[in-house]
Amino acid sequence: MSPGVFEQVRSIAADLFAVPNHRLTAESSPETLEAWDSTQHLILVLALEERFGFQLYPEEIEQMHNLGDVARVVDAKLHAAKS
Amino acid sequence: MILLVGVRAFIDDKAGVYLELRKEIDELLARNSWRAAYCRLGDLWRQEPGQVAAAFVVSRCEKLRGQISLTPFRLAILRSFTVEPLISLLRAVAFLSGIDLQVHLGDFNAYPQEILDRNSLLYQFSPDVVILAAQACDVAPDLWNGFADLSSEEAAAAAQRVVNNYRQWARAFREHSQASLIVHALEQPSVPSLGVLDAQSPLHQRAAFEQINQQLLTIGTELRGVFLLDYDSLVARHGRIRWRDQRKWLTARMPIAADHLIHLAHEWLRFLVPLSGRTAKALVVDLDNTLWGGVIGEDCMTGIKLGAEYPGASYQALQRAMLDFARKGILLAICSKNNPEDALEALEHHPAMLLRPQHFAAMRINWNDKAQNLHEIAAELNIGIDSLAFLDDNPVERENVRATVPEVTVIDLPNDPTDYAAALRDCPVFERLTLSPEDQDRTALYAAERERSHAEQTLTSKEDFFRFLEQEAEVALVVPPTFARVSQLTQKTNQFNLTTRRYTEQQIADIAAEPVAQVSSIRVRDRYGDHGLVGVAITRDRGEDCEIDTFLLSCRVLGRTVESALLAHLAEQARARGRRRLLGCFLPTRKNAPARNFYSQHGFELQSQNGDGSLWVLDLHQVTVSPPAWIKMNIANGGKN
Repeated sequence: MSPGVFEQVRSIAADLFAVPNHRLTAESSPETLEAWDSTQHLILVLALEERFGFQLYPEEIEQMHNLGDVARVVDAKLHAAKS
Repeated sequence: MILLVGVRAFIDDKAGVYLELRKEIDELLARNSWRAAYCRLGDLWRQEPGQVAAAFVVSRCEKLRGQISLTPFRLAILRSFTVEPLISLLRAVAFLSGIDLQVHLGDFNAYPQEILDRNSLLYQFSPDVVILAAQACDVAPDLWNGFADLSSEEAAAAAQRVVNNYRQWARAFREHSQASLIVHALEQPSVPSLGVLDAQSPLHQRAAFEQINQQLLTIGTELRGVFLLDYDSLVARHGRIRWRDQRKWLTARMPIAADHLIHLAHEWLRFLVPLSGRTAKALVVDLDNTLWGGVIGEDCMTGIKLGAEYPGASYQALQRAMLDFARKGILLAICSKNNPEDALEALEHHPAMLLRPQHFAAMRINWNDKAQNLHEIAAELNIGIDSLAFLDDNPVERENVRATVPEVTVIDLPNDPTDYAAALRDCPVFERLTLSPEDQDRTALYAAERERSHAEQTLTSKEDFFRFLEQEAEVALVVPPTFARVSQLTQKTNQFNLTTRRYTEQQIADIAAEPVAQVSSIRVRDRYGDHGLVGVAITRDRGEDCEIDTFLLSCRVLGRTVESALLAHLAEQARARGRRRLLGCFLPTRKNAPARNFYSQHGFELQSQNGDGSLWVLDLHQVTVSPPAWIKMNIANGGKN
């Protein structure tokens, strides 16, 4: 994964879920985090689209089980846009 | 402040600026510098508007509650699609416009029940305003998807059914609630089902939706407080194809692409600002490089850029936008660092100027500090400093005004003058939802006022002046055509307002219908012109008492004894109806000091007093309130008995 992508995703999620950065890890997920409900999941997706300027497909959104997955999807998407 | 701007310019990385600002805001909050924190939150939002900044702005603005002036406002949204991701965007832009929004969301596609059932959660929430956001594909599925299957009679019948539904919902809503209702009109399909053939007949798909929207407009004019949001124009303005995200619609019932959500939130704000009264009453503008290109003191009349061609056309477009505002009753004023002779020469004689001196209600063309000039302009126009908006091309002046007169709305201009007019028209503080004849004539009235105060200075005694004015007042009970203006006066009058009770049009209509209540209005004319409807009094009979619920007078006619004339009329009418006492409250606010001694000056006795205000009483058998001899009174219709 490109350096910095996870940190960017983490700081977006921290603002949206109103939790401090350091409480979020790659394993943070809707199961471990009360604020991460289905509405917040949609808002996270929209925030990523807004920030990185792409549109995520339903298949990609389905792969986002935890914050590490989210960063991996974003990273792949950014690479695809470059090539 | 100027130093701070300089420092920021060195941080060219946008993300860097954003992070810097976040840190600064939290430090300011920790130091209880509420106003400064609020200003910086606006900067942060402009830096990178979106979901992430919205979450930050909302969380920090909640800490400002009670520290800065915010108008609490309750909004319910009834919807046929997912609007949850819009809420924090909307709350953020509302906070930054001075509105503290509480939002209630209706269930998916449950709006018909929610509106028709008077016990629904919608009405329990007691909203100030309700948005009905239903999509065309949900309210008119047969016209949206199956249009090609329909005969022209079937299509017309389907369109009529849609309109009938809306009419039924709007009427039921009006019966159950006094809130305002904003109805999304229907959007057009991006590609009509018959392709280019659709445009060849007035009976086809596009025309069907246009007809529905036309009829929705008539519902809005039939019912008070019902307004139409032109959703199709909004979508078209931002690009129909990019607006819609079909994948999210199919998977999450969220039809709008991520980067367009903010545009819908902003459109909603354009209604919420006038409905909550956070509008600007006057626009104060700079001259050089704002009303025209260049500097008049250096470039002279022939050198400044102003005309129908590029680059002067950009400045003419801005002037046109300002003229349009003046037609809506927004006052224009000038605040410019210039030699007055140079500036006035251009204002009076430049052939391409659309605005002339008579369009401006106040002018400060001098070398003084702009903050001081803004205070003077507010005083001259007799409006609060928080009713001013400030337009200046110079970011340093803008920053200075933001820092020193934070109550003023500072408009951010883009760098390219070609975009000035659009940026100005985009400001929600200039939106109005209704227009009274008084609004349209306001600039002329202020120009006459300047002449009048000149006359006042040349006449020796106050009484001479009052006689010279030749005032005529007409008192009448409120009737449906004046509900809007009467409600507007209760909403906007702050200074000579004894109780500052705000009423919607609907509430005025309801009070007027109470058998024991009298809603009186007063119009004033004098030798300089017609001021229109400028005062309101609401009274209620209770036993042998007549209680004054509301008594207010527009600042436009303050200090000319019109208030005594209106009070004398109320006392006379109450006596004629057999009342023995006239009762009135004074509830002090930050702004209504001019009304403080009103009752004591007219022979009322203080009955009681507490932290909220004072209660005054006049014995109608003992004391007479005499109407001023210099005002000719006309009573349009007597009290109802």
